[in-house]
Amino acid sequence: MLLKELSELNGVSGDEKIVRDFILEHLKYRLQGKLNSCRIDQIGNLLIEKKGIEKGSDVKMPKILVCAHMDEIGLMVTEITAEGYLKFQTVGGIEPGILIAKTVIFNSGLKGVIGLKAVHLQKTEERKKIPDIDDLYIDIGASSKAEAENVVKLGDYVTFPTIFEEIGSGLYKGKALDDRVGCAIIMELLEQDYPCDLTAVFTVQEEVGLRGSKVVSNYLQADLALVVEATRAADFTESERENWIVTLGNGPACSLIDSATIYQPGLVKKVITAAEKNSIPLQFRQGAAAANDAGNIHQAGIGIPTITLSVPCRNIHTMSSIISKNDYQHCVQLLQCILNDIHYFLNLNIS
Amino acid sequence: MYVLRNSFELARELTCSLTEMTGVSGYEQGLKTTLQDIFAPWYMDTFSDFIGNFYAVKKGEHGGKHSVMLAAHIDEIGLMITHIDVRGFLHFATLGGIDQRTLLYQEVLVHGKEDLCGVVCLGSSHKDSKKQQTLDIEDLVIDIGFNYATAVSMVKPGDIASIKRYPLHLLNDRISGKALDDRAGVAVLAVCLNELMGMKHQHDVIAVATVQEEVGLRGGLTSSERLLPSLAVAVDVTHAQTLDTKSQVTVELAKGPVISLGPNIHPWVYARLSDSAQQNRIACQQQAVPGATGTDARVIQLAGYGIPTGLVSIPLRYMHTSVETASLKDIVECGKLLAYFIASLPEELEDL
Repeated sequence: MLLKELSELNGVSGDEKIVRDFILEHLKYRLQGKLNSCRIDQIGNLLIEKKGIEKGSDVKMPKILVCAHMDEIGLMVTEITAEGYLKFQTVGGIEPGILIAKTVIFNSGLKGVIGLKAVHLQKTEERKKIPDIDDLYIDIGASSKAEAENVVKLGDYVTFPTIFEEIGSGLYKGKALDDRVGCAIIMELLEQDYPCDLTAVFTVQEEVGLRGSKVVSNYLQADLALVVEATRAADFTESERENWIVTLGNGPACSLIDSATIYQPGLVKKVITAAEKNSIPLQFRQGAAAANDAGNIHQAGIGIPTITLSVPCRNIHTMSSIISKNDYQHCVQLLQCILNDIHYFLNLNIS
Repeated sequence: MYVLRNSFELARELTCSLTEMTGVSGYEQGLKTTLQDIFAPWYMDTFSDFIGNFYAVKKGEHGGKHSVMLAAHIDEIGLMITHIDVRGFLHFATLGGIDQRTLLYQEVLVHGKEDLCGVVCLGSSHKDSKKQQTLDIEDLVIDIGFNYATAVSMVKPGDIASIKRYPLHLLNDRISGKALDDRAGVAVLAVCLNELMGMKHQHDVIAVATVQEEVGLRGGLTSSERLLPSLAVAVDVTHAQTLDTKSQVTVELAKGPVISLGPNIHPWVYARLSDSAQQNRIACQQQAVPGATGTDARVIQLAGYGIPTGLVSIPLRYMHTSVETASLKDIVECGKLLAYFIASLPEELEDL
């Protein structure tokens, strides 16, 4: 399964090669001859172009950009201690508290654990406090600095060995669903033909400040951009509905505003129409925090009309994220509807 | 004909397989078959009692005048479901000394109508939105991916949840996983019996896998009252030094078995264990405990008219987390030390 494979790959921001290679190989194999061009830019973004199919041959095709980021949050080794422990910093937004008593994995397959002072040895005031990142370290079993240096270098990237699997009634649990879910959806979209030219953009370094998409926005133009993301679902406590942001199982979430983008109300209306016309559930992201690649893309060149559709994700930015299978499928369907109806959608005059 | 196994391989195999199994305090029944399989090669007799303690007897050459009890506990800390909320999330309490901070986004197995995979989540979105400074058990819920109606049909209050963790092989034959406290101790008992197959020993050895240690040493209490052995050694884990415990802990990982001394330990047993280590060139560490230890030795010593009791401990990092880390070498050396100790015991064990 595509999403399982993507979820279990290591691709911390700045180290997306494994994910990029997988996506490129997979698409080359699946779409033999149908890919018009593939390129990797200087920061590592992967761009894939696929021509549209239209009956009237002399009509200019609209150019649509579909975008998801390949990178995931993780850790980086910043110091190897004399005893052979590894000190680290977070890459992207990880709360240090979630790392306690977790297992980690390096690209080499080397494994380690992040422990915590045993509860018996803690003073009362320590018992509830969430430790700082400086208090945590990775134990790989090395007994000296030299031994650790044989297998680890400063700057090595670290991620989590979470197994992707189905749980409950139709939910998926895995790591890096933000935003491998977007990668998987775009890879699925590319399997079909649409009456528009598609440029699939798989970006790098989204989690450390939307850096990959900044580069893309320097050189890319399009008639419309669709950013496919995962977004936080905090739908746990019944009495806190106002803080849920989105609800798992209620369909893909259309963004109205976030800290980097104000989405055009006219475009949002078209998304609503597309969802209603095709009886696809749709919800809105309730909350203005967070940002995604749309922030750069909508400001590219003379500006690109941009939409963000997200799959709701519980425990985002942790090693145990959860999404709904239905939300994923509905997101694919809604995007397909938008792409199939692109002329109406862009309100272009096509005779 | 019993073929002596390589104790190192035996320790590796048992430690890995036992750490993956489920047996939260009071709910250790699922381990019984495994224990029977483990101790089958050496036993003369195995039995279990109503509280769940498992006994394996290896007869001595002297016809059972005296018996030596070895005890390691098989229970692990875990969770108990307390209620299911309208959203289908499970709320829980801890069984044994779990640090709630180790649970955030941890995968668990909920032992409801069937075993269900779940994830511990931060229940309150409000708390999530501000920078977190503290964490209480009440902040956490288990997401099993079901709505209320399905959740209540699958899980009832009182059901148990255990931590899901596959053992990890680290460098230097170190193993990380859950419940090494004290499943590693059970592996030590097995190594000891394996080593004893190649030695002569006069007294009966009764290896006991005790239950409910983490909630108050209850299996240790009842099993020692049942056996009233002439001598007993508890096998448990002890804190090994880590980066953040240098001022608190002197025991080190991979530096050999830890022999305890103090009021909980009979001086003769301590001396004899130390002698056995020295004579057989087993590097070991000492730990002075100025009162009752937090192990089965605490209650075994008080059984009947009093039992001369010793304590051998396996150094362990990150105790009571799901990434407890032990050295296989330590586990093997603990088992060998106990075997040498038992083989060297005098004919008479009275008036030690």
